[in-house]
Amino acid sequence: MNNYDVVIIGSGPAGYTAAIYTSRAFLKTLVITGTQPGGQLTTTTEVENFPGFPEGIQGPELLQKMRAQAEKFGANVVTDVISNIKYQISNTQIKNEKEKTLFTLTGSNGIYEGQSVIITTGASAKKFGIPSEEKFRGKGISYCATCDGFFFRGKQVAVLGGGDTAMEEATFLTRFAEKVMIIHRREEFRASPIMVDRAKKNPKISFLLNTVVEEFYGDTALRGIRVKSNMTNETNKTNMTENLELDGVFVAIGYVPATGFLKGIVELDGKGYIVMKQKMEGMQTATSVEGIFAAGDCVDSRYRQAVVAAGMGCMAALDVERYLQK
Amino acid sequence: MDMTLTDKNFDVEVLQSKIPVLVDFWAVWCGPCQMQEPIVKEVATAMVGKAKIGKINVDENPHLAQKYNVMSIPTLMIFKGGTMVKQFVGVQSKETLVGELNKLLN
Repeated sequence: MNNYDVVIIGSGPAGYTAAIYTSRAFLKTLVITGTQPGGQLTTTTEVENFPGFPEGIQGPELLQKMRAQAEKFGANVVTDVISNIKYQISNTQIKNEKEKTLFTLTGSNGIYEGQSVIITTGASAKKFGIPSEEKFRGKGISYCATCDGFFFRGKQVAVLGGGDTAMEEATFLTRFAEKVMIIHRREEFRASPIMVDRAKKNPKISFLLNTVVEEFYGDTALRGIRVKSNMTNETNKTNMTENLELDGVFVAIGYVPATGFLKGIVELDGKGYIVMKQKMEGMQTATSVEGIFAAGDCVDSRYRQAVVAAGMGCMAALDVERYLQK
Repeated sequence: MDMTLTDKNFDVEVLQSKIPVLVDFWAVWCGPCQMQEPIVKEVATAMVGKAKIGKINVDENPHLAQKYNVMSIPTLMIFKGGTMVKQFVGVQSKETLVGELNKLLN
């Protein structure tokens, strides 16, 4: 049976950086890709702010290089999706030797075993969460501008959200769409000033603020959205709704960590992010289970940057090395 | 053994096929489509003789994509007796696709 020193769940910058470090330290390393090999950066276009690339680099290309680097040092990469982790502490009581835990991971295509686990499953786009949304998923509602923008050439689309992702998606969509409307429920954007500026300067982009979507409507495809003002004025509370005819809507309202399968396995916080327990002597990537570590967007709800994820992946690898030495 | 479908051969290979056909709409620039590809190849092997599997490049065949209202890829469709009987948006597992094809054969 395949028995690895470390099994890494997830194949974004956190996963591959961890794999580079562990395999270079001669630890038998397995990376399991998950449903989106390469992670979130594979659905972005150019990455301008990852250090080392003054000309920028395409997301998929950056991840391809990371994977190649990990494989160069001997890491195995397998395409599969893990749905469960079981563990048992070894019963053999050898004098002076610490009990070893064996982790068994269940995937769709196989079962994997390792002496330690690093979880780097990242995050995925948050759904808007109203009933009419599921009806039009892939039929006018999309969560990825780089993926689906192609199909909206010359059309009218909206982007829902107020962060960097919303600004980036809207700007990208102007390559295809005739008109792009950014719809945000508040007055202010949480996006970085440079991204807001770029969007504001783009003649194809308009803004609809203090507005929420009540319903997505259409027939065989999305035809429009019903929106409502989010402002409540003391003297003039308005409940009026308006129908906006649109060909497509891109939802860019945030991310949820991909940790659903970990419920009951490691401790998660209220929003699903993995809790760092630091039980073991200052190991900053340790989870509530000894031998399971975590890094990247499945832990980090604050910074969510590729280089931060890579840095955490390195920390997890170094924690694993120390853990396995004992 | 998945065949390449185009505007030109779609009618003969898909609409006039006597056995069900699974059609995979894809493009070179589509990341998730790369994930779908090996799965579709496995489905083709599993369904040899029972169903046909074909791929349509949406860049090269925009008319077909538009005709079938494809707005996101990967989109997979199953055709039987000349009509589209089932549609999936997003990467689908081998189990799902084989399961749906088998349903139509019984």
